[in-house]
Amino acid sequence: MTASAAPNAPSNMAAAAFPPNWPKRFAWAALTIYAVYAISVLDIDFERIVRGMDNARRLFARMFPPNLQADKLALIRDGMIESIQIAILATFVGVALSMPIGLAAARNLSPVGLAWAARGLIAILRSFHPVIVAILFVKAVGFGVLAGILALVVSTIGFVSKLFAEVVEEISAKQVEAVRATGAGFGHVLMFGVFPQVMARFVGLAVYQLDSNLRNSTMVGIVGGGGIGAPLFTAYQRFDYDVVLTILLIIIGIIMLMEVVSSRVRQIFQ
Amino acid sequence: MMAMDEAVRQPGAAPVVLRLDRLRKEYRPGLPVLKDITLDFDKSGVTAIIGPSGTGKSTLIRCVNRLVDPTSGSIWFEGADIAQVRGSALRAVRRRIGMVFQEYNLVERLTVMENILTGRLGYVPLWRAYLRRFAEQDIARAFELLESVGLGADFANRRADKLSGGQRQRVGIARAIMQSPALVLADEPTSSLDPKTSVEIMELLADISAKQSIPVIVNIHNVELAKRYARRIVGMTGGNVVYDGKPDGLTAQHLSEIYGGEEWQ
Repeated sequence: MTASAAPNAPSNMAAAAFPPNWPKRFAWAALTIYAVYAISVLDIDFERIVRGMDNARRLFARMFPPNLQADKLALIRDGMIESIQIAILATFVGVALSMPIGLAAARNLSPVGLAWAARGLIAILRSFHPVIVAILFVKAVGFGVLAGILALVVSTIGFVSKLFAEVVEEISAKQVEAVRATGAGFGHVLMFGVFPQVMARFVGLAVYQLDSNLRNSTMVGIVGGGGIGAPLFTAYQRFDYDVVLTILLIIIGIIMLMEVVSSRVRQIFQ
Repeated sequence: MMAMDEAVRQPGAAPVVLRLDRLRKEYRPGLPVLKDITLDFDKSGVTAIIGPSGTGKSTLIRCVNRLVDPTSGSIWFEGADIAQVRGSALRAVRRRIGMVFQEYNLVERLTVMENILTGRLGYVPLWRAYLRRFAEQDIARAFELLESVGLGADFANRRADKLSGGQRQRVGIARAIMQSPALVLADEPTSSLDPKTSVEIMELLADISAKQSIPVIVNIHNVELAKRYARRIVGMTGGNVVYDGKPDGLTAQHLSEIYGGEEWQ
């Protein structure tokens, strides 16, 4: 052995130590080029943005002060309560259905055929935005909260069961194996080996989805799915921007409140 | 060549708890990890299986409770060949075989008590397990075991992920014994532990094996520990048994045959 540190080191050491990743470089370059191309094609120009800012300023000016008349508030209150009901019911039903569907879709627990069937179902449920699904349900079951609830149940299953399946696929197989080795049946293994590992994250997903359903429940109303969406949309169309502001402020308040509640709930199930 | 422990072989000697007969495992066809292993295990004490990594020790032990399915051969346990059993028959066999793991394999988010009572899951209806309505005497026994593995009742409600490695392995042992097993398998139970804790854990296994007369089969890397606590040593290399006998019969020459070379000794 000679004293030299690396007798057979390659001539270009830096390149040997950190070899260039050409596919990655190519991907970034392609993305940049496409973005530039898309901007040039889509007729986006600075002048229109400036003009838009001016319009926005006028809109905001007309919003103040928020409308706090008693009859308007009563209307908003009813709509808001309906929205919250839609969100909570849709989350409850959707999350309850997501658990078995998510388990069925987890490839480490479920037989291959069942897993692919469940994944197919999830993919279909995820294909459309809640508003589009809501339009379908309004046509099917008529105007009102039922359509809104069904639409959000669909999107809840799509989101929660997909992520829940991923959570289940990430569990420690060793812990499950140990429970299996005691002679426990499948249900027992799920209960003592699988659920303890995934429940905290499942609750996290459910709470996040409640939050997201609260926001979405204000939207399904626009297409007739019940809740605050309809009064909000009407206020826009009638240029009652002060009422719009009141509704927006209340929605913001409720979402913030939800944020606090959800972090508490997550702590409890840690 | 093979130093057989005569007592094991003689008919009418200590009853055989487990008999492996030409047990073979091939993960890939034509490449056996276990090459027709034939071994008897009687009802007494600790048997240590030693051998280099990748020699099939773990596979051997996992074939016994069928976490790994053997390719051919038979496994006689409590009067039946369990090499091919499935479903509820397999679960009934597993209930009678406790297992201790290298990385403890406790369910991290369950408490110590819940982990120990996991050993009773094979006997408890699902709804009772869900509501944690285990039988009074099972809970009493869990507390007893907690005591006898050296942890004590105040550990009962701690979560498993708050324990040290040695404490976890003690819970792992309590869980295995909670099954009231006819046999305990221990797959490298000390390999993730420091030397002092390793000795304590082996001591505990040997102690429980003697006091409750449960035979323990342990895979172990540490030859010194194996010699100190095992009544019998099985040396494996390349999927074959090359030594089977008392610890004091294990010579430097045997060890070279098992592990290859001599420089490390």
